[in-house]
Amino acid sequence: MSSAEIPLPAGRHAAEREQRRIWWLVAVWLLLSLAACLVIWFVWYPHLPPGDMTTSARHQQFDIAVLAVTAAPVILGVFCYFAYVLVVFRARPGDDSDGAPIYGNAKIQAAWIIGTSMIVLWLFVFGTVELIVPAGAGAGEGASPIWKQSGAQTVAWTPGTNDILQVQVIGQQWTWSYRYPQFGGMESTVLDLPVNTPITFHVTSLDVIHSFWPYLLGVKADANPQVDNVAYTTARQTGSFIVRCNELCGIWHGAMTSNGTVMTPVAFKVWATAVQAREKANGTLAALPPYALTYDPTVIPQLGKDLVNVVGVTGAPGYFYGPGNPVTP
Amino acid sequence: MAIETQPERAEPTGRGPETAGGGERPWWQHMGAHTGLIGAVAGYFLGHWLGNFLGGDFARSSLSDENDVAIVLGYSFAVIGWLAGLGVFNDLFLLMRGKPLPEEPRFLGQEGPGLAKYFRFTLDHKVVGIQYLYGMIAYFLTGGLFAMAIRTELLSPNYHIIGPEQYLMVVGEHGTMMMMMMSSVVLGPFGQYFGPLLIGSKRVAFPRLEALGFWLTPPAYIILLSSILFGGFPTGWTGYEPLATQATTGMDAYFFAFGLMGISMILAGFNMIVTIINFRAPGMRWSRLPMFVWGQFTVSWLQVLAVPVLVGACYMGLTDRTFQTAFFTNQLGGSSFLYQNLFWFFGHPEVYILALPGFGIVTEIISTFCRKPLFGYKVQVAGLLGVATLSFFVWQHHLFDSGINPDMRPLFMLTTELISIPTGFIYLVAMGTFWKARIRFTIPMLFALAFYFNFLIGGISGVFLSDVPADTTEHGSFFVMAHFHYTIMGGLIFAFFGGLYYWLPKMFGIKLNETLGKIHFWTMFLFFNTTFLPLFALGMLGMPRRVFTYARNLETLNDWVSISAFCLGASMLIFLFNFVMSMAFWRQREVGNPWRSRSLEWQLSTPPPAENFRRVPVILAGPYDYGVKDALPVADLDPPPGVIGSAYAPATRGPVTREVED
Repeated sequence: MSSAEIPLPAGRHAAEREQRRIWWLVAVWLLLSLAACLVIWFVWYPHLPPGDMTTSARHQQFDIAVLAVTAAPVILGVFCYFAYVLVVFRARPGDDSDGAPIYGNAKIQAAWIIGTSMIVLWLFVFGTVELIVPAGAGAGEGASPIWKQSGAQTVAWTPGTNDILQVQVIGQQWTWSYRYPQFGGMESTVLDLPVNTPITFHVTSLDVIHSFWPYLLGVKADANPQVDNVAYTTARQTGSFIVRCNELCGIWHGAMTSNGTVMTPVAFKVWATAVQAREKANGTLAALPPYALTYDPTVIPQLGKDLVNVVGVTGAPGYFYGPGNPVTP
Repeated sequence: MAIETQPERAEPTGRGPETAGGGERPWWQHMGAHTGLIGAVAGYFLGHWLGNFLGGDFARSSLSDENDVAIVLGYSFAVIGWLAGLGVFNDLFLLMRGKPLPEEPRFLGQEGPGLAKYFRFTLDHKVVGIQYLYGMIAYFLTGGLFAMAIRTELLSPNYHIIGPEQYLMVVGEHGTMMMMMMSSVVLGPFGQYFGPLLIGSKRVAFPRLEALGFWLTPPAYIILLSSILFGGFPTGWTGYEPLATQATTGMDAYFFAFGLMGISMILAGFNMIVTIINFRAPGMRWSRLPMFVWGQFTVSWLQVLAVPVLVGACYMGLTDRTFQTAFFTNQLGGSSFLYQNLFWFFGHPEVYILALPGFGIVTEIISTFCRKPLFGYKVQVAGLLGVATLSFFVWQHHLFDSGINPDMRPLFMLTTELISIPTGFIYLVAMGTFWKARIRFTIPMLFALAFYFNFLIGGISGVFLSDVPADTTEHGSFFVMAHFHYTIMGGLIFAFFGGLYYWLPKMFGIKLNETLGKIHFWTMFLFFNTTFLPLFALGMLGMPRRVFTYARNLETLNDWVSISAFCLGASMLIFLFNFVMSMAFWRQREVGNPWRSRSLEWQLSTPPPAENFRRVPVILAGPYDYGVKDALPVADLDPPPGVIGSAYAPATRGPVTREVED
C-alpha cells in the first residue's frame, strides 16, 4: 500500500505532501529526459540514417538528432505525467465518489501555450536555417532554386577545382538513367560521382511521376515529366550506394533501383571520359537526343519532324509511337 | 469569441394525424435494398450500352477491350438506378406532380420493430446511424483483409506470394477503402445517431440528405471493389497523375468511388452544420455543447469546404480518362502538379476530418470516467477550431521534394508545426482532466487512454516530417506510413472502439462481453504498437512505401511486422466474435445509465424512443459538471409548456438572442 491510498486529510500537511510528490515527478522526468537526450546525442546520433556520406545527408542526420532531442522530453513528460495520475488518482474498489471539480487553471494554460509556442518557434527557425544554409538540404528545389550551392558553373569539368558537376537524372518506367552534360551529354545507367565536388542533380521524367532517392546521399527529388527539378549535394566519402524510386510509378516501382559509386575525382574523370569515348565510337551519343532539361518522348528531333500527332497520347508509353511508324529508337 | 445564438426553437408537440405507413405489406413489397439492387444492375447495363454507343470509337484500352466511357456511364447509371430503386426520388416525384406526400417524411420508416427498416431509405437519424455502423464495420474488415494480404507479400523480399501487379492492386484497395471508411467511421455511426440526441433535438435538419449520404456508401464500396475485375488501379490511394491517366480501366472505379464518397461526406457535413446551429434545444448554449458535437461541427466545415476539391479532382481525372481532356498531362499543356495540389488540398483537411471526431469521443469518455469536468472547455474548443482552420494551410508539406513552390517551404513548415499548438491544447485538457480524478478503468476509458498514447507518438513523428531536411529522408518512406497509421488507426480507430463500447448499451440496450472486450483491447493495443513502431525504423533505413520487394537486410524487421500484423488481425476477430455473440446470442441487457454519465443521451430511455424526446428538453447545465455539489441536472426533459412556449414565440415574449461568452 502506498501512501497515496490513504485519504488525504484536508489541510497543509496534505498539500505539502502533494507538493513533494510533484517535485519528485519533475525530478524523475528531468533525469529521464537528460538520460534520453544523452543517449540520443552520443550513442544514437552517429548511427542515425541517412549517415554522413554527403553534406546533405549530414544535415538530415543532424536535423533528425536535434528533433529527437527536442521530442524526447515532451514524450517523456506526457508519459511520466500519465503514469503518475493513472496510479495516484485511480478509483479504489468501491469508491463511488467524483473527482475534484476543477474547470481550469489560467496559469497552467498560459504556461502550456507559451511553452508549446516556444518549441514551435524554435523548430521553425532551426528548420528554416537548416533548409537554407545547406542549399535545400538535398531536397528537390524546382526548376530555379533560390538557395544555391556555391561552385563554378563550367562547360567542362576539371577534377580538383570547385567546378560544379552537372548530372541529369531521368526516370522512366521502370529504370533510371543519368546524363553528364559536361561529358558530351553521355548517358549511363550507373550513377558515378566524384567526392568533394559540388554536384547539381537535374531530375526529370519521361512518363509518370518518379522520385529520385539515393538514400545514402541524402537527396530526394520528384521526377515529373516536363519539369526540371534541381537538388544539390557534395559527397564527403567514397563508397557505393543504391538509388531507389520513392514515388509510386506502376507495377515495378519496388524494383526500380540502380547503383552508384562515389569515387575520387580523378577516377571519376577517367570513367566519364571513357564512357563518353565509347558512346561516341558506337554511335550512342549521336542517337541520343541533344541534352535538354526536359524531354518529350513523343518528339524525336533527329528525324527532323515531330511525331506528336499520334493517337492515344494518354496510353502506355509503348503507344506513344504509332504502329505504322518505322522508326523507333 | 462571441457567438450569437440562434433563436431557441422547438418543434410543436402537437402534429397532424400520422398515417401508419407500411406494416401491413410484407417487406418485399416495399422499396428497399432489393429493389435498389435491381435498379443498380439495370442501370449499369443501360449506362454501359450507352457508353459504348457514344464512345465506342475511341475505346482506349486495347488490352481489355473495354471502354472507359462505358464503364463510367455504367457506374453513374447504376448509382442512379440504385437510388431510384431505393425510393429516394419517390417524394420528389410526388411533389413535382403536385401530389401530397403519403406520410410525414421525417417519420418515414422509423416505426416497426423488424429489421426491414434498416434496408430501406429510412429518414430517422438513429436508423441511419445503425446502418452506418454496420456499413463501416464491413468497410473496415474488408480493408483489413487487404492489409493482411499486403503483409503476407512483404514476408519475403524475393519470394512473391501475390506478385507485383496484384500487390499494387491490394495496396490501392486497402488505402482507398480505409480512407473512405475512416472519414465516416465516427461521424457516420456516432455522429448521426448521437448528434441530435446530444443537442436535444428530435431530428436532424435534412433527414433526406443524411439518409442519401449513407446510401451512397454501399455503391462506393462495391464500385471500388469492382476495380478488381478490371485488374485494379496502380496508383495507391493518392491516385497521382499522370500514372492514373496511363492506367487501365480499373482506375475509373477509384475516381468514381472516391468522388461518390466525397459527395456523401459533403451531404453529411451540410446536414450537421445546419442541425447543430439551428436544432439545439433551449439552453444548449455554445458553451454547453458536448465536445463530441464540437468535433462534429468543426469536421462538418472541413467536409463542406475541402471535399468538393476532391470531387472536382476526381471528376477532372475521369474526364481525362474518358473525354480525352488533358488537365493533368504535362505534354499537352496540363500539369501533374495540379492534381497533386488539388488532391492534397483535400487530403490534408481530410486527415483532420479523421482526427477531430476522435478527439471529441475521447474527451467525452475521459470526463465521464475521471468523474471530473473538462480542464479548460474553451481551450479544447479553441484547439478543435485551431486545428480545423490551420489544416487548410499546410497541404504543401506533402510536396516538399516535388519542386512545387520550393521557396514557400519555410512557410508550410511553419504552418505545419503551428498545428502542434492547438493539438497541444487537446493534450493539456486531457492531462488536466486526469488531475485529482477518480479514474475508472472501463473498456472505453482504456481505449481513450490508448488514443492519447498512440496519437502522441503519431503527432511527434509528424513534427519530424514537417522539418524539410529531416523530411527529405523520411518522405514517401515507411516512416510516413507508420506516422499516419499511428494517427489514423492508433487515433481514430481506437476512439471508434472506445465509442462503440461506450455507446453500444445506449444504441441497442445490450452491452458487449467485458472479459472479451478487455482481451480485445489489450491484444489490439499491444499488437498495434508492435506492428507500427518498427515501421518507423524501416522507413529510416530506406524502405519506400508501396514496394513489393525490399532490401535483404530488412527482412527480419518486415517478418516481425507481418507476424505482429496477423496478430492484430486476430485481435479484430476477437472483437468480431464478441460483437456477433453479444448482439445476436448472449444479449446481456444493459438499460439505464451504466456509466452514470451526465450527458444528455444517457438521460433517455434505452434505446431512445422514436422521437428522441417526448417534449423538447430545456438544457439547464453543461454535460461535464461532475463532482459539483448541487449541480443541476443536465436537462429538464419534461419542461412545463410555458417554457417551450416562450422559446418559440419570440415576437411577444422578448428577446431570444443573447450573447454567450465563448
